Order: sequence, then structure tokens, then C-alpha cells
Amino acid sequence: MIALLARDLRLAVRAGGGFGLGLAFFLIVVTLVPFGVGPRTQLLAAIAPGILWLGALLACLLSLDRIFALDWEDGSLDLLATAPLPMEGAVSVKALAHWLTTGLPLVLASPVFALLLSLPAAGYGPMVLSLLLGTPALSVIGTFGAALTVGLKRGGLLLSLLVLPLYMPTLIFGAEMARRGAEGLDYSTPLLMLAGITCGTIALLPFASAAVLRINLR
Amino acid sequence: MTLEVSDLAVARGGVRVLEGVSFALPPGRALVLRGPNGIGKTTLLRTVAGLQPPLAGTVRSEPETLIYAGHADGIKATLSVAENLSFWAQVFGKSDISQALDAFALAPLADRPAGMLSAGQKRRLGLARLLVTGRRVWLLDEPTVSLDRDAVAMFADAVAAHLAGGGAALLATHIELGLDDATVLDLGPFRARPAELDDFDEAFL
Repeated sequence: MIALLARDLRLAVRAGGGFGLGLAFFLIVVTLVPFGVGPRTQLLAAIAPGILWLGALLACLLSLDRIFALDWEDGSLDLLATAPLPMEGAVSVKALAHWLTTGLPLVLASPVFALLLSLPAAGYGPMVLSLLLGTPALSVIGTFGAALTVGLKRGGLLLSLLVLPLYMPTLIFGAEMARRGAEGLDYSTPLLMLAGITCGTIALLPFASAAVLRINLR
Repeated sequence: MTLEVSDLAVARGGVRVLEGVSFALPPGRALVLRGPNGIGKTTLLRTVAGLQPPLAGTVRSEPETLIYAGHADGIKATLSVAENLSFWAQVFGKSDISQALDAFALAPLADRPAGMLSAGQKRRLGLARLLVTGRRVWLLDEPTVSLDRDAVAMFADAVAAHLAGGGAALLATHIELGLDDATVLDLGPFRARPAELDDFDEAFL
């Protein structure tokens, strides 16, 4: 499993691996919003948590179809399925690798991007914390979507349609937590809900993803 | 007993292609599957490898002995030859890749990105993967595609060495490898008969 994680990370940072694409996309979305909204700092500060969460979610979505598609095309997925690695483990490792190459950079870069949206100073901590808690769920749910659409030509759009509704609970509680933090309110309830959703998806979805993948490989 | 298949029926795309396939593959032997295109050689191999469930019948083997190599080699273009092999070795809990590199004359190419290799060299890399896994029963689907004559000889030597070491191989190939311990199984007689039309509709006619 460590070998698989190391290989996926290495592939991500090599040429054409797509590392940093999500981050650049996040930056562009966050930069475009002030142009669209106009120079009104008050308004920007009010919508900053929601924009940051939406940006992170879309940036995450961008790289989902690569999780299994490349391995399926070159045949490694068949070989992994016959390897002594349990499919549930392989799927979890894939999700972890996706989070490390997409989610974690977003979390680390988000304070800089929050500056562009003039997020109130009190909101930085809760915002970073909410992304840190929420992005693993995005990767795990996305891995499930990628497993569903593996083998489909041009499956990227279908993948987005399948995955975005599943992202709603994470988005609702994540953005709510960031908003309450920015307004200086108590945010422990959305934090607990967000953490619960993430733990639940990490515990349950790999089994669904592995089952779906087995059926898709037939 | 290394591998025993009894009364197996397999389907491709919902259509039953082979039925009643039975054979046994003891250690040290190779079994070559023959038959025209589309008869179900690949489907049979994928079923034996456990990638798809059989319609009927059973596949019995000792656990953790099978290794499947299909049409695609599972090579990552941006990793070097040695990195590709090391990855598969680690997945199967092994670490030594030098023997596999030597067996398929890949040592001079070890540091080259796999994407730069020719089709035949990629195939040699795909076959070298079999050696690093240490599995006893090889399931090979058209292993000699895009190999030149020397490389086919290399492959035949590797299979012969594998059989001599107590391994077994189930191959779908049309090329004579010159193996002494090989049996040929023609799949023609096992072609599935068209299903009897059920008379479910008749009640409505």
C-alpha cells in the first residue's frame, strides 16, 4: 500500500501529473470573484467563506477523473485488482494520494487566497480548520464517483453530475463553519457535523468504491 | 495441484461464449489455449484470474499463486523501467528486480522513462513484471505480441525456466514457443451453443 501511495505521489509530481493544476484553478476562481463583484470590501468579506469553499470544491473536482482513468487505460487497474492488495485498501490509498496532491495544498494555500477576498482576521482559523476537516471527504466521495465512471469515454462530465450532489452536506457545514468563524460566532456545531461526515465517508465509502470498481472491471 | 478448472462457462458482454471447459494444470506444465478470434480466450483467462465471475463451474487454485498479464502492460510512461518494476515487486512483497531485468535484457534501459521505450521493449517490461512477483501460475494473454524473434526466444527461455522451477503457465498464443512440457487445448469444441429460445413470449402471441 505504501508502494502504491509512493507511486501515485511520484506520478502526480512528474510531467503531466497534474499536481498544482487544482491549486492554480483555485487561485484563478478566487481572483476572478472580486472582478465580478466589484471593489466592495464589505460584500467580499461577507461572501468570502462561501467563495473559498466553492473554489476548493471545484478545484478538487477538476482532478477527480484522473484517479482511476489513467490506471484503467494502461491496464494497471486490472493488474492491481489481481495483486495481493485488497481493493478497499487500494481505493483508500488512491483517495489519500488525491487528498495529498489536491486537498492538502488547497488547505495550506487558503489563508493566502482568503487575503484576496479580505476575509476578517477572526475567520482564518475556522476557515483553514473547516477545509482541513472537509477536503478528505471531498477526495473520498470523489474516488467513489471516479470508480463509478471508470471505463467510460468522456466520463468527466457525468462524474461531476454524480459527485456534486454528494458534496452538498460537506459544502453546507464547511461553509457554515467558515462563515460563523468569520462573524465571530460559535462554530462548534457545524464543526462536529463536518467531522462526522468526513469520518463516515472515510469509513464506509471505500467499500462501495471497491465493489463498484470490481463490477466495472468485468 | 496448482490450478484446476472444472465445467467452466464464461460470458463476454452478456453473451455466453464458452461452456464446459475443464482442465487441470499441474506444477511444471504449460497449457496453450488455441482458437479463432472471439472464441473467448481472453474472457477465459480473465475469469480464471478472478477479474470476472464465471457463469457456471469452478476455478480452484491455491490462494495467492496466480498472476495475470493481459493485452495492456500496466506501464507508467513517466516512471523509469526500474521504478515500474520495483513498484510491482513491492506490491507483491518482493524487492529484487535485477534478475527480471537480466532475463529480458532490460538492464541497459533501466533508467530510461518507460514512455520512451518501443512497443516491443514495453512488452518485455510487462513480461519482466511476472518474474518480480514470484507467483507460481502465470496467466498470459497473447504474451508475444510485438516481440521480435530474439525477444520471443527470451520469453520462451523465461517460461521454460519458470516451469523447471515448479511453476505453471496458462497461455493464449498462436506462436510455437518450443516448450517441451506444453499441452495444447483447442477451445473450438467448447464454444457455447446458442441458448434455447424460451417460450415466455408465446403466452402473449
